[in-house]
Amino acid sequence: MDHIDLLETKNRELRTRKPLCLRVCMAAGCMSSNGQAVKDSLEKEIRAAGLADQVEVRRVGCLRLCCEGPLVASDPKGELYQKVTPDDAHAVVAALKNGNGELKRGDLQHPFFSRQMSIVLENSGVVDPERIESYIAADGYQALHHALMEMEPKDVVDTVFRSGLRGRGGAGYPTGLKWSTVAKTSGDRKFVVCNADEGDPGAFMDRSVLESDPQRVLEGMAIAAYAVGATQGYIYVRAEYPLAIARLNTAIRQAKQLGLLGGGIFESGFTFNVEIRIGAGAFVCGEETALLASVEGRRGTPRPRPPFPAESGLWGMPTLINNVETFANVPPILRRGAEWFAGIGTQQSKGTKVFALAGKIQRTGLIEVPMGMPLRTIVEEIGGGAPEGNQIKAVQTGGPSGGCIPANELDTPVDYESLVRLGSIMGSGGMIVMDQSTDMVDVARFFMGFCMDESCGKCIPCRAGTVQMHALLEKILKGQATLRDLQRLEELCDMVKNTSLCGLGQTAPNPVLSTLRFFREEYLHRLRSLPISPGIPILPNGSHHGPPVAEAAKT
Amino acid sequence: MAAKTLTIDGRLISAAEDQTVLQAAKDAGIQIPTLCHLEGLSDIGACRLCVVEVAGSNKLLPACVTRIAEGMQVRTDTERLRHYRRMVLELLFAERNHVCAVCVANGHCELQALALALGMDHVRFEYRFPKYSVDITHHSFGIDHNRCILCTRCVRVCWYIEGAGTKNVAGRGAECRIITDLNQSWGTSETCTSCGKCVQACPTGALFKRGSAVAEMERDRTRLEFIVNAREKKQWIV
Ligand SMILES: Cc1cc2nc3c(=O)[nH]c(=O)nc-3n(C[C@H](O)[C@H](O)[C@H](O)COP(=O)(O)O)c2cc1C
Ligand code: SF4
Ligand code: FES
Repeated sequence: MDHIDLLETKNRELRTRKPLCLRVCMAAGCMSSNGQAVKDSLEKEIRAAGLADQVEVRRVGCLRLCCEGPLVASDPKGELYQKVTPDDAHAVVAALKNGNGELKRGDLQHPFFSRQMSIVLENSGVVDPERIESYIAADGYQALHHALMEMEPKDVVDTVFRSGLRGRGGAGYPTGLKWSTVAKTSGDRKFVVCNADEGDPGAFMDRSVLESDPQRVLEGMAIAAYAVGATQGYIYVRAEYPLAIARLNTAIRQAKQLGLLGGGIFESGFTFNVEIRIGAGAFVCGEETALLASVEGRRGTPRPRPPFPAESGLWGMPTLINNVETFANVPPILRRGAEWFAGIGTQQSKGTKVFALAGKIQRTGLIEVPMGMPLRTIVEEIGGGAPEGNQIKAVQTGGPSGGCIPANELDTPVDYESLVRLGSIMGSGGMIVMDQSTDMVDVARFFMGFCMDESCGKCIPCRAGTVQMHALLEKILKGQATLRDLQRLEELCDMVKNTSLCGLGQTAPNPVLSTLRFFREEYLHRLRSLPISPGIPILPNGSHHGPPVAEAAKT
Repeated sequence: MAAKTLTIDGRLISAAEDQTVLQAAKDAGIQIPTLCHLEGLSDIGACRLCVVEVAGSNKLLPACVTRIAEGMQVRTDTERLRHYRRMVLELLFAERNHVCAVCVANGHCELQALALALGMDHVRFEYRFPKYSVDITHHSFGIDHNRCILCTRCVRVCWYIEGAGTKNVAGRGAECRIITDLNQSWGTSETCTSCGKCVQACPTGALFKRGSAVAEMERDRTRLEFIVNAREKKQWIV
C-alpha cells in the first residue's frame, strides 16, 4: 500500500456510504444489555422496509452514556436513542423517515456531551472497530504515512516531546522524554509494549478505546516503533477483556493484509509486527516491570528500577512501554501538529483525559475532557450531580493508588499536579463519585483490601503491611480500636509508602492518608474512648467488662 | 574498572564503579542489615531491610541493588531507618508462626539475630497465626511454611546455582508460599537433586535437614542391650 492506495481506500469507503446511518453501540457495556439483538432487529426491520440500500446499520464503539445503553445514534438526524430494545426497531426506522415514534431520546445538548472534547475518543462511536476501511476513512494511517515518508525518527520524537503529552497510565511521565531515552539507547533489538492491563476497580477507559477504535492504538504503536527503532510490539491485555482481544486480533489481521503492519510498511524499509499477550488478571501485572516479566513468560512480579525498561526491558533490550491512551493520542498529534496539542489543557498537563465516571452520580459513562477542567464541572455539569438531590461528599480518583477529594475542593482543576497536591493522583482515569451516604473509613478499607489481595507478595512492607493496615481499618470500623491503633495505622502508612518496592505498595496507603486528611473525624468518631486495660476481656460488641480504667488503675 | 569516591555515614570511601552500596559499605566495614541478600546469589531488593538514605533522592534506596556513584552521600543508620527496619521485622514476626523456642534454627537464625541486633524486642501488630503445613515427604529435608519469610533465597539457589528449578513461589500477597515443582509434595519431585543448597541458603528454620527438628529424636533401646552384652559377655556380634 502506498499513499495513493490509502487515499483510494478512504474515498471508496466514503463514496459507497449510504445516505442514512444508524450507529449501534457494540462496546462491552451496551453488548451486555442486549446490544447485539438490537442491531440484528434493526437490520431486519430495514430489510423489511426495503431501505437496505439507503440505510447503513453500523457497528460502532462506545457512545459514552453507558448508563443509558443500549445506545443508537441516527445520522444525519443527529439523534441519540437510549435504552433501545429490539422491539424499538420499528420506531427507530420510522424516525429515520421523520416519524415520531415512542423512543427515549438523549439530549445531545446536555453538558454531558457538549462539555466533552474528543481526541482519543474522536472515532469512538463513529468508526466500525472491526473494519480497517472505516478507520482509514476517518484519516486513519495518514499520520503513520506522514511519519515514515516525511520525518526522521528523531523528528517524530521531537514532535511528541513538544506536544507535552504525558503518560496516561498513571504517573504522567513525559512521553517524548521516554521515547527519546529508548531511541538513544542502543540494543540488538528494541520493543514497543502497550500496557492494556487496566486493573483499577471501576476503570474501563482503555477497554473502551480498544473496543471502539483498535486501529488507532496500532497506528500509535507503529509510529512509536519507527521513532525509537523497534521492530516488534506487544499488547498486554487482561483476559477479562475478551471483546477487546477479539477486535485487536481482527485489527492486526486487517492491518497486515493491507501492508500497514508487517514487513515494508508503506513500501518503506520499516518493519513492525504486533502480537497480543493475555494477562491472567493480576493488578500488579500493570506495573511495567511485572508486565515485562509476564510477557517473557515469568511470574509477574516487579523488580527494582533502575534499570528502567527504556534501558533494559524485554529480554534485556531497550523497551518502550506506554499506556493504551498514550498511544491513542499519538496519531492526532502527528496529523495536527505538536502546537495544536500543546494548546489544549494547562501549563503542565496537555491534551485531554478520558475518565470512567461512576458512583453516586446521575450520568455514568465514558467522558473525555480537556486537562484543567474543574472537578466541579465534571461531576456537577457533565455528570449531573448526585441522584435524588443528594449532596456530593467526595470524588475518588486514581483508584487504589489515589485519594478522595472532598466536596469543598471541587474547584480544583483536573491536572497531574493539582491532584497530587490534594493527596490524590490522576491515575489511569477511574473517577468514583461519593455522596453523603458513603462511609469514608469503609472506602479506605475497601481499597486497602484490594491492595492486600493484589500485592504480589515479593516485598515485606507491602505484603505484610497491607494485611496489618487492613486489620486495623476493620478494627476501627467495628468500633474496637483506640487512639493507639490509629497511630499505629498512620505509622504503617508512612512505612509502607516509603519502603515498598513498587508503586503498588508505595501508593497503597494513599486512600487511608487522604481520607485521614479530609475526613479524620470519621475515624476519631469510631474510636473507643477508653484504652483497653490489660486483662479485661472485650465483649463482641466492643465494650469491656470491669470497672472503667480510672478505677481499674487504682486497684 | 574505574574507582569512585563516596561518603557512607560521613566516612569518605572509594569503591569500584560496578559495586553496590551494600558491597562498598561492607568493604569499608560498615554493616547494613540484610535478609533477602545472600552472597553469590542475584539480588532482588525484596526484604527492604537494607534501605538507606541517599542525599538528593526523596526515596529510600535498597543498598543491595543500588549502584554507587561519584560523590554519593549515603546514610545507613539514621533513626528513621532503624525505625523502619524494626517495623519490617515486626511485620515478619506477626505474619507467620515464628516460635524460636521450638525452632530447629534457634540460635542460628538470621531473623532472630536481626531482631536482637536491631532491638526489636516486642511486636506491636496483631499476630495473624495462619495455619500452615509442614512438608516432610522428602527423604532428607523438610520445609515448615510457618517459619518461611519468603526471601526466595531457596528459589534462587535452586534455579541459578544448582540449575534444578525445583523450588518456586506460588500465590499472591500474604498467600504466597514456596512450592516444589508443580505444587506437589517434595518427596514426589522428579527435578530435585537433593543437593541441599536450599537448606543451607534459608535464613530461618523453614528449610531443615530431617532428623534435626524438635521431637524428631527416636531412641534405639537395643543399643543398651548391645553395650551390656559386649561388656559382660564379651559378645560383640548381635
Ligand atoms: C501497581 C501498578 C499497576 C499499574 N497498572 C497499570 C495499568 O493497568 N495500565 C497502565 O497503563 N499502567 C499501569 N501502571 C503504570 C505502568 O507501570 C507504567 O508506568 C505505564 O504503563 C507507563 O505508560 P505511560 O507512560 O504511557 O503512562 C501501573 C503501575 C503500578 C505501580
Ligand atoms: S510493593 Fe507490593 S506489589 Fe510491589 S513488589 Fe512489593 S509486594 Fe509486590
Ligand atoms: S537485602 Fe536488600 S532488600 Fe533485602
